[in-house]
Amino acid sequence: MAHSGVVSETASQPARGRLTQRLQQWLPKLALAPTAAMALVGIYGFMFWTGVLSFTGSTFLPSYEFVGFEQYAHLFSNARWATACANLAIFGLLFIFCCLVIGCFLAILLDQRIRNEGVIRTIYLYPLALSMIVTGTVWQWILNPSLGLEKLMHDWGWTSFKFDWLTNPDMVIYTIVIAAVWQASGFVMALFLAGLRGIDPAIINAARVDGASLPRIYLRIVLPAMRPVFFSSVMVLAHIAIKSFDLVMAMTSGGPGYASDLPAMFMYSFTFTRGQMGLGAASSIMMLAMLLALLVPYLYSELRGQRNG
Amino acid sequence: MKPIRHLLAAIGLSFVLSPAHAGQVEVLHWWTSGGEAKAMGVLKEMMEEQGHTWKDFAVAGGGGEAAMTVLKTRAVSGNPPAAAQIKGHDIQEWAKLGFLTNLDDVAKEEKWDQVLPPIVSDIMKYEGHYVAVPVNVHRVNWLWVNPDVFKKVGVEVPHTWDEFFEVADKIKAAGIIPLAHGGQAWQDATVFEAVALAELGPKDYTAAFVNHDMDVLSGPKMVEALTKFHKIRDYIDPNAVGRDWNVATKMVINGDAAMQIMGDWAKGEFTAADKVAGKDYLCVPAPGTEDSFTFNIDSLAMFKLNNEANEKAQMDLARTILRPKFQTIFNKAKGSIPVRTDVDMASFDDCAKASMKAFKSTADTGGLVPSMAHGMATTSAIQGQIFDVITNFFNTKDADPEATAKQLASAVQSAL
Repeated sequence: MAHSGVVSETASQPARGRLTQRLQQWLPKLALAPTAAMALVGIYGFMFWTGVLSFTGSTFLPSYEFVGFEQYAHLFSNARWATACANLAIFGLLFIFCCLVIGCFLAILLDQRIRNEGVIRTIYLYPLALSMIVTGTVWQWILNPSLGLEKLMHDWGWTSFKFDWLTNPDMVIYTIVIAAVWQASGFVMALFLAGLRGIDPAIINAARVDGASLPRIYLRIVLPAMRPVFFSSVMVLAHIAIKSFDLVMAMTSGGPGYASDLPAMFMYSFTFTRGQMGLGAASSIMMLAMLLALLVPYLYSELRGQRNG
Repeated sequence: MKPIRHLLAAIGLSFVLSPAHAGQVEVLHWWTSGGEAKAMGVLKEMMEEQGHTWKDFAVAGGGGEAAMTVLKTRAVSGNPPAAAQIKGHDIQEWAKLGFLTNLDDVAKEEKWDQVLPPIVSDIMKYEGHYVAVPVNVHRVNWLWVNPDVFKKVGVEVPHTWDEFFEVADKIKAAGIIPLAHGGQAWQDATVFEAVALAELGPKDYTAAFVNHDMDVLSGPKMVEALTKFHKIRDYIDPNAVGRDWNVATKMVINGDAAMQIMGDWAKGEFTAADKVAGKDYLCVPAPGTEDSFTFNIDSLAMFKLNNEANEKAQMDLARTILRPKFQTIFNKAKGSIPVRTDVDMASFDDCAKASMKAFKSTADTGGLVPSMAHGMATTSAIQGQIFDVITNFFNTKDADPEATAKQLASAVQSAL
């Protein structure tokens, strides 16, 4: 039976072969088509729609009464939007910087061929497995003066201890940085560790033979070789920072007052709870603009560098 | 042949016997907590007695935010529920978009114009036609008091803001938190509203928060109200940030705090802790607002439907909600008072009786004012702007009341 089957297949091979070939050509395109269509509609279509809505006087349902740049004018005269943007700058820069420094440092320490590396690596990586809501809630408990750290220190007798950043409008944004760094630096460490392991030990050995000290080897040889890792980490961290919503929601819900508000929360509250969809749309377009202003030059320089190198 | 004829007769009879108007009512609401859910169960039973099917569409969470998102989707796709929990100015917004149905026939039949105070029925009407049914009335300007704390410290319950600050100083000196508060924008606004009402009086309060008179919003009385409001900061504990209102109420129940300014839904927490009104806790009007009543009315807006049987059921629902029987049962469970002024209050507790008395008297004197903090006075856009200014002011240590009053006026102006 098997033998005859093979024979008949061989007989019709030319025709079938052409069909298979054509199918093979089309199959990837066919398989990607739904995704591409969804991306086109779901991402670019809605982006465009949001852009259109930002020029309308939409209240709690979309309307198409065009009002020009009025919503943008309202947005830039809104004190809360100014606070949200300033907070994003503080949060974004500190978050990315701290994550990179801590992640890189941990990765270098772990790279010293220590015992039980797997266990330690897992411990550092675990925060990433938690959702931002959990992280936010736990850190809210820890930093709450009447429940967490401050109360613990008071109970232990250190009664002058004070750590009330969570309830202090001027400092509250830094508590969010702390929680976010705790969550994400393990992930950056994993990225760097993978990068470190990819470096040819022969180069390091050669440098050692030439008499370079360990810090010098890291600063001059290893870290410059990690440029692509920096690039991916910054990309990932920047978009975590800009879309940050759940962490703030769980930790402070924007409070005290609106001292820890971020643009994503501003957008949500104006679009969905206050019935000012036009203003909300304008704020999301501004968020898109911020993202592009940061990423386009960076992408451009990185990609061009890659082509030349 | 005979059995078949019997069968046909039975089928025919069953058509005749089944209520000709049996329809389905779908009600979108977020009354999901214990007492509220039980109250809605009563409405369900009463509708089923009339031969209709009840389809519960409860969307819990976020003070109705989640429910509103669902409702928008359903309404835009042309498949709205029969009724949805929409209140205050949002009723006008929905009606303006043409989604709501006309309830004038039922209203006339049931004499709603006679049993509802005009200030209430105005909110339920769009261009003179009823489009929504009020369910209950909450009084917002209440001061909840733990009398044991007051006895221990040896002070009297305050009736003006000056007395409040005096009493609060003594309570604070005794090591007890004078005012239980939750640092959320709407709670900040609830307290501010009480102070503003006391300082401005009902007339100027209405001018500021309903008619948005810029001179009143930035005027000297508003500056005074803001100054007093900011002073309250000294009498709440530093950990109030983000606290839920019911946690604050528990502080009063436990005696950790002496007072709380909150609407009468707080009563549910006292009742759940087996406390008795007038004995274990007192409800007095917020300082300086004895002759006023800040109302917060829950209502069900009725949507246009395209099925006759369901429309009939919808009208029956509207009728049933305002009948005294449902009003009594629902409001006892919810802690509020009936929206009809002719309901027998004998079976209600002391706070509800006091509330009803004030509701009736202030309706005549003009002291009955809509709550700004609860979306009764103005659009959600303006309300949001006021919230932002107020909560930022309250949370800033050395805020300037005069500058804030000006900021308040310009914030309202920008959302007009």
